[in-house]
Amino acid sequence: MSDNGILLDIKGLCVNFFTENGVAKAVQDVSFSVKKGETFALVGESGCGKSVTALSVMRLIADPPGKIVAGEIIFDGRNLLELSEHRMRSVRGNSIAMIFQEPMTSLNPVYTVGEQIVETIRLHQKKNEVEAWELATEMLRKVGISDPGQRITEYPHQMSGGMRQRVMIAMAISCEPELLIADEPTTALDVTIQAQILDLLDQLQGQSQMSVLLITHNLGIVAERARNVAVMYASRIAELSDCKSLFDKPLHPYTQGLLKSLPRLGFTGKRLYTIPGIVPEPLHFPAGCKFHPRCPIGCNNKRCQTVEPQLRSLDNGRAVACWFAPGYERPDDPK
Amino acid sequence: MNTNANTNGFLLKVDDLKTYFPVRKGLLRRTVGYVKAVDGVSLAVKPATSFGLVGESGCGKTTVARSILRLIPVTSGKVIFDNTDILAADSAHMRDIRAGITLVFQDPFGSLNPRMTVANIVGEPLKVHKKITGSELTEQVRLILSKVGLSADAINRYPHEFSGGQRQRIGIARALILKPKLVICDEPVSALDVSIQSQILNLLKDLQQEFSLTYLFIAHDLAVVQFTCDIVAVMYMGKIVEQATVSELYNNPLHPYTVALMAAIPKITVSTQASTHRLKGEIPSIFSPPPGCPFNPRCQFTGDNCFSQNPPLVPVAGNNEHLLACWHIKK
Repeated sequence: MSDNGILLDIKGLCVNFFTENGVAKAVQDVSFSVKKGETFALVGESGCGKSVTALSVMRLIADPPGKIVAGEIIFDGRNLLELSEHRMRSVRGNSIAMIFQEPMTSLNPVYTVGEQIVETIRLHQKKNEVEAWELATEMLRKVGISDPGQRITEYPHQMSGGMRQRVMIAMAISCEPELLIADEPTTALDVTIQAQILDLLDQLQGQSQMSVLLITHNLGIVAERARNVAVMYASRIAELSDCKSLFDKPLHPYTQGLLKSLPRLGFTGKRLYTIPGIVPEPLHFPAGCKFHPRCPIGCNNKRCQTVEPQLRSLDNGRAVACWFAPGYERPDDPK
Repeated sequence: MNTNANTNGFLLKVDDLKTYFPVRKGLLRRTVGYVKAVDGVSLAVKPATSFGLVGESGCGKTTVARSILRLIPVTSGKVIFDNTDILAADSAHMRDIRAGITLVFQDPFGSLNPRMTVANIVGEPLKVHKKITGSELTEQVRLILSKVGLSADAINRYPHEFSGGQRQRIGIARALILKPKLVICDEPVSALDVSIQSQILNLLKDLQQEFSLTYLFIAHDLAVVQFTCDIVAVMYMGKIVEQATVSELYNNPLHPYTVALMAAIPKITVSTQASTHRLKGEIPSIFSPPPGCPFNPRCQFTGDNCFSQNPPLVPVAGNNEHLLACWHIKK
């Protein structure tokens, strides 16, 4: 732990995928930091690079075709990208754990849930079989599964989606990780179950001072659960802010458009605001600011069409990548 | 087929629809019980309006849609569409009826044949039902593609060349080319990105106005349903538990399940922290539903009636359009 309370510090991360059709720059110059005990949300639409960023932290990018080509991922004072595979294994699942969107495919169907949790525990902790089973049962109780002694002997298919996600969480927290990466943890679940799972994460976080990197496309979840948030668009961070300021006064036109286009409870208008066009694909990114073809300001602006704005910190502690955001422009910028 | 849509002014009337699936067990595959996927659903849809059916996965909302189209065998009940009893129609007649009711599916990837061009995908219903071919077919396909916001050069391309939102537009074009009276939209935007959802929702609304379409809109997202629908019915375990006009349901939800469902939606207002109004437990197994009201294991107000009898869906006092199935709230 460094002094400033930062647990995870990502600096200038770039990830490329080398495909037959060319180099797809899936993550470009992404920098943000997660403080100890906080929930940091990474929000964006499909293909924006949020999951690739998360997988990079775990060093789970398939190589080939993917490769982390630049950047540093400082976790607890160490650059994870410089660790040997052997040392990385002791980090993965131990001090950084991850839960995924689809709890069915991330559990092995031919082992009982108990066997799977025990495997994780025994891999990382010096515990004998009996102690590990006891701890696994305790973990299931902790994540709110009733009758854990019975449930631990069951197979994933005997459980509902919400229950399976609880098992995944039990497995993830069994080694008391300092950082939990939750990649769309509730997207496959019904809303009432989603609320239960998010409550559970909140409660576990309160008990252990664990940090959570929450990856989601749902802005409502971000507003309710996160303290700080990075909005990603087309491989880059468009805007980085504390949650309250972001929803009160979004700075990037993409964020503004997203917030306006959501159907909300209580909305009674005749038409929804729409962001025109489609999300560009990494092999066919437009020149200049990647949002300019869909942007109400940038679509007709020469500079937006040609020069890509970098993410810049503003005086108010927020950061944004837009030539037209208030306070962004500097005297020596291209006009 | 009859052209004037009535049955008291309703285009579609579903009466006490029951769709049960047999549960077979053992060596001889004997039927040991039934899963009551749809258990006594009644609804009525006026022409040129949208009727929303909401609920969580497994509540039977999609089974209602499939039952209406007779894509699965119905156990009992009545479905009257455009003055025709669908469940009594013979197969030739059913073909005609299906030309009047079309479907828009959730998954824009799985619902389009990857080996067919857009022209074939969108034009096929016309070939099958109206026997239109050649240049007239192409002309109609072009026309409908422009209505859903696709350019004319889309016509000779394949589904994989399009993004999710564009594919959903192709699916909508296919559903509309027969000029149907009723379009059943089964989760039409839940697989789409946030910035694309609003485009498709606006498109569906515009098309409804232009062609006077009637929608049966199936979704799990209450905010989406609120934007699209006029009347909303909330389903839970095969039954409608509450039904009202959109503004009434959202301003004055009465059933404890509806209230909890609304509370569970994450809101985009940072000031209010996560609501404390949480549903406990999960949806009970549909193989062994609890006796009485199916919501009783998760409900915060339960009296004796709730465990013995299923509450009927009846109008609440003072509002004939607001229907509710709850023992507690009625008191």
